[in-house]
Amino acid sequence: MRHALSNGAWLSITWRISELYGFLDQFVIGLKNTLLVFFLSCMLGTILGLLIAILRNSPRKSIAACMRAYTGVIRGVPELLIILLMYFGGTALLSAAVGRYIEINAFAAGVTALTVVFSGYAAEIFRGAINAVAPGQREAAIALGLSHWQIWFLIIVPQMIPIALPAFCNLCISLIKDTSLISVVGLTDVMRVAYIGAGSLRAPLPFYLAASAIYLTLTSLSLLSFRLIERRYALPLVKG
Amino acid sequence: MNTAIALEALVTLPRGLVLTLALTFASLAAGFVISIPLSFLRASSNPWASAPVLAYTYAFRGTPLLVQLFLIYYGIGQLPLVRQSFLWPVMREPFWCAFVAFTLNSAAHTTEVLRGGIQAVPRGQVEAAKALGLSGFHTARLIVFPLTIRIALPAYVNEVVGMLKASSLASTITLLEITGLARQLVSETFAPYEVFIVAGGLYLLFTLLITQLFQVLELHWARARNPPPPARSL
Repeated sequence: MRHALSNGAWLSITWRISELYGFLDQFVIGLKNTLLVFFLSCMLGTILGLLIAILRNSPRKSIAACMRAYTGVIRGVPELLIILLMYFGGTALLSAAVGRYIEINAFAAGVTALTVVFSGYAAEIFRGAINAVAPGQREAAIALGLSHWQIWFLIIVPQMIPIALPAFCNLCISLIKDTSLISVVGLTDVMRVAYIGAGSLRAPLPFYLAASAIYLTLTSLSLLSFRLIERRYALPLVKG
Repeated sequence: MNTAIALEALVTLPRGLVLTLALTFASLAAGFVISIPLSFLRASSNPWASAPVLAYTYAFRGTPLLVQLFLIYYGIGQLPLVRQSFLWPVMREPFWCAFVAFTLNSAAHTTEVLRGGIQAVPRGQVEAAKALGLSGFHTARLIVFPLTIRIALPAYVNEVVGMLKASSLASTITLLEITGLARQLVSETFAPYEVFIVAGGLYLLFTLLITQLFQVLELHWARARNPPPPARSL
């Protein structure tokens, strides 16, 4: 080991890259967890964000004000702090409820925290898109006698998708990057595997570079797929 | 809710404020300075100038800041090249590692923000400057850049707030800023709600302050752009 290190920096690094193969199955498990956290919090966050955006247009002032406060607070606090609050707060709550110390699952705490974060940002995007749908559409739907929920899910939501899509794409890419923060509370995602590998083999550079490459691939793939979806949903009206 | 612990958090956590603000604004300032030349290169039509900058911004915007931070904090020190150079006394300190990581990340984001601003500057302005005989550098400094700043300001606020929130990651490399102090306090008292909510309140306060400050600046520039009509002489 000492001999290989003395042959210069680059030689030692290329030699260390071969050690990454030993962690290949670990990285696969990490990637699975990263993707699972991403898809779960993206889906749940989108649903929650849509509900919040709809409630923000509520005629009741108190509900609308509550939703505005929610998005304001979530967007003004670091994501890491929300993850820590969910993890340690959840553990404290569970321990108090059961009567003895129980540690909450890092996966559950992480998904909850990222869902909350995602919904806060998504609600703002959806609100902007809802306001951009022509008011005549809603009036026509009311004139046709559609119910409240029919107006939302048959008329407004389908029309706001192409408007919200570019910002939503950026938000999803942020979410992929934010999943790495859950490794701080101990979930074995890509970042955590890199951290463990870097520590146990004393080779931080190749492991963190490998993690960077994995995350860059994930963000590039999602960028690419969103471009395709955007082309599919592009309204001739919106494109001008 | 234990009020005694919440009060203790209220006394303890502001001690981390200096470090949080120093990290945030030092990285923002350094990132801004780096991003000015980069954004002009990125906006240029010459692919040899814009492609390397694009590669840099793409890589830094496509990977998590946590990975970049660990890469610099744990990874750079592994290189004998750095260990033996004058950089080592600096790169040994977690503060400077966080500063370098945040600066590189912020510069990548700011470059793209400014690039959007540069490309939104009306072409007529540049052509008029050319017609007046201004050199390329003078056009950039006197015409394009002041307009770019005004166009890019709303997007830049997001970067400032994002950097303030991102500074919480410094707690993962042993720095005791607000989040670091909060984590320490939670491990001592095991009262996560009180401590983390107080910490969140501190961040929220500064996020609101920053957005208000930039709104005032935006209003100021908007007023300068549309001066009030001159008083009519009777």
